[in-house]
Amino acid sequence: MSEHSQVTKPSPSDETTLLPPVDVIEDASGITLYADLPGVPRDKLHLQVEADTLTIEGEIDLEMPGGIEASHTEVNLSRYRRVFTLSKELDPNKVSAEFRNGVLKLLIPKAEHAQPRKVEVKVA
Amino acid sequence: MIYRSLFPRDVFAELDRLQREMQQNFRLSPSIRGIARGGFPAMNVGGTQQSVDIYAFAPGIDAASLDVQIEKGMLIIAGERQRQPSGEDATVHIDERFEGRFRRVVTLPDDIDPNLVDAKYTDGVLRISVARKQSALPRRITIQ
Repeated sequence: MSEHSQVTKPSPSDETTLLPPVDVIEDASGITLYADLPGVPRDKLHLQVEADTLTIEGEIDLEMPGGIEASHTEVNLSRYRRVFTLSKELDPNKVSAEFRNGVLKLLIPKAEHAQPRKVEVKVA
Repeated sequence: MIYRSLFPRDVFAELDRLQREMQQNFRLSPSIRGIARGGFPAMNVGGTQQSVDIYAFAPGIDAASLDVQIEKGMLIIAGERQRQPSGEDATVHIDERFEGRFRRVVTLPDDIDPNLVDAKYTDGVLRISVARKQSALPRRITIQ
């Protein structure tokens, strides 16, 4: 696993990956996204916001005994990846993230100008 | 000129064929206790000469609420994953994550010792390691 692995390893973008299931909930203040990324330690989770694209990537790192042989496999890839396009009323600079027990919680607030405002209707 | 229809004559036969092909490709053998794939939590099972290791991918669960039992050579993993609370004015756009009660059963091999079990919950993965019986371990026999 030295120079050799670098040549054979495909770039992260065209490698087959697991698609983590997500929940996306919107309220007046912004969007909350939950993603299931079991097996990913905190240091192997990569979040990126570039222009209006949000990328969630993570690599599974399980502690396994030496000489283990798989007999039944449902999770057969070791990398998660999912990409979302953010709409323009969201503020990409204020995204906050929490990662606990393999669940990622992202808060994407709406930009100031996009916050709902009550319009008063005057009765003439 | 050979005329070929744009659509297969029998769509259902075609779908059947596709499904069979997929099953063969994934070497999916339906379990007697139901569909093995797509359940929650997803599981990987492996073994070494010393132990049988089960990995259950169950993120976002309080470790104390997980119920793991070994009964009659079967490993049972049960628990509940609660919905994240959301405000009344909230709109759910995507709802893919599992919620509710779950229970999965795995048949263990005969040579395991049900008293030597180790369970750990890290990064949303429950790892259960069941030791094999001492008598089942390979032994070198010295020739006199």
